[in-house]
Amino acid sequence: MEKRVVFRSAWLPYALVAPQIAITIVFFFWPAVQAVWYSFQLQDAFGLRSQFVGLQNFAALFKDGNYLESFRTTALFSVLVAFFGIAISLLLATMADRVLRGAMAYKTLLIWPYAVAPAVAGVLWAFLFAPSIGIVTYVLKGWGVDWNWIIKGDQAMGLVVIASVWKQISYNFLFFLAGLQSVPRSLIEAAAIDGASPPRRFWTIVFPLLSPTTFFLLVVNIVYAFFDTFGVIDATTQGGPGQATNILVYKVYHDGVKAADLGGSSAQSVILMFIVIALTVAQFRFVERKVQY
Amino acid sequence: MVENRPWLTFLSHAVLLLGVLAVAFPLYVTFVASTLSLEQIMQAPMPLWPGDQLVENYSQVLTAGSTKGSKAAASSMLVNSLVMALVIPLGKIAISVISAFAIVYFRFPLRMFFFWMIFVTLMLPVEVRIIPTFKVIADLGMLNTYAGLTVPLIASATATFLFRQFFMTIPDELAEAARVDGASPMRFFVDVLLPLSKTTMAALFVIQFIYGWNQYLWPLLITTDESMYTTVIGIKRMIVGSDAANEWNLIMATAILAMLPPALVVMLMQKWFVKGLVETEK
Repeated sequence: MEKRVVFRSAWLPYALVAPQIAITIVFFFWPAVQAVWYSFQLQDAFGLRSQFVGLQNFAALFKDGNYLESFRTTALFSVLVAFFGIAISLLLATMADRVLRGAMAYKTLLIWPYAVAPAVAGVLWAFLFAPSIGIVTYVLKGWGVDWNWIIKGDQAMGLVVIASVWKQISYNFLFFLAGLQSVPRSLIEAAAIDGASPPRRFWTIVFPLLSPTTFFLLVVNIVYAFFDTFGVIDATTQGGPGQATNILVYKVYHDGVKAADLGGSSAQSVILMFIVIALTVAQFRFVERKVQY
Repeated sequence: MVENRPWLTFLSHAVLLLGVLAVAFPLYVTFVASTLSLEQIMQAPMPLWPGDQLVENYSQVLTAGSTKGSKAAASSMLVNSLVMALVIPLGKIAISVISAFAIVYFRFPLRMFFFWMIFVTLMLPVEVRIIPTFKVIADLGMLNTYAGLTVPLIASATATFLFRQFFMTIPDELAEAARVDGASPMRFFVDVLLPLSKTTMAALFVIQFIYGWNQYLWPLLITTDESMYTTVIGIKRMIVGSDAANEWNLIMATAILAMLPPALVVMLMQKWFVKGLVETEK
């Protein structure tokens, strides 16, 4: 789509795009090119000299058990975050779409966690689950569950999943609510007249019609779990215990900033770039095609 | 509502109430902890009713920070957060609206090239270029500065798209009339486009305010000086060790301060917030 009426000026349009383009070149493209360049380099222990090693950094990564483990951890983490985030918010949105009284109040009270920074969400839940003083830990102990995420890997994973889902529910909820409100009432009424029960109406009419929203949210939630949960991890488990919550993004940061392994970290960055590109393409294709049954 | 099913309505309310409570529970415990003394929190279980240390805890964090971890005062951290939360959205809106104007209302060589350059930044989040970006900032002497905290984050593909989409819906007759009347492009931009874009800008501002306020990885990388910490970074820096070693009452007071401004923005400007959220994701 193009405008029919345009203005003419030899210099003005360039001046208008200049600030944005300058920032993208200096802070996006130049660093990205450097990340690719570093990923082909090997630095000595003091960072004084580096030599070109081709794909050696990548080969080393795929032989590194920790890196492959981090892939598995990230996959598990994002599946759990996306599944629970979507399931819980779909349930809440379906209920909020049904009720007449208090719908606005419920909405207001459910969307505020969107405003909480991931790192703060992590700290809140880490406090609730703190091994010796946490209130939830105390209740769990009463039930005979020994909860200590500082030592136990699966419980640490549980903690970061809960904190990440808690923060993301509000976002999913709003999109599902908007999706539900655009389902034509006449379809539901027709099904009701034919005697379809509410659960049946939901699974055979509403849920299929919501599939574009669900696919969209699936991609968004996976992107969220891959990248935006950095704050949750850094403020709570820092990838531990062991490697239990060391997701890819955290590993890039840890290897690059804390362990100062420039080549290895840059190679990981390049792999992450490919993942982002794949996810972005998926997002745009789903949005364009409007997946429907 | 299609039919009257009292038990289902009851169930809906029950589920929603449960959801609201589950979502609010961490906030409540955080608030209670921020009004207790450290000794009260350390006794398991901690009281679930607010204590009397509210004024002490908040005045301590606002003026002096924690004693064991970061000593940055929350008052200065809140100012830093506010700078990020204001400069980033205003900067994003400013540079995006003019680049969208150029791309929609002019024909010039490299137009689509610039458009795609802006688009590709979507695929280069900070997380995938951590170290090189840090080096650029260090080389430019922008570590521990407001410019370093904000300028690299104001490039925005989503905002540019949003304005582009919006400009495409504006009738051509407006631009034509402006041209016939001899108005310059900038005159048309300021007198016609900007007033029409107000709602889009408001929606974008709310979303980007929260984005700016909640930045984490970026300030974590480029602020080493306590006086430049943002509130979210400050909370992280107050955590010094495993659970019992922390001054949880002070951490929780700071957490409340960190959550309050963006939560208020979301709840009070709900209309703009929802509009912004739904439209920026299109």
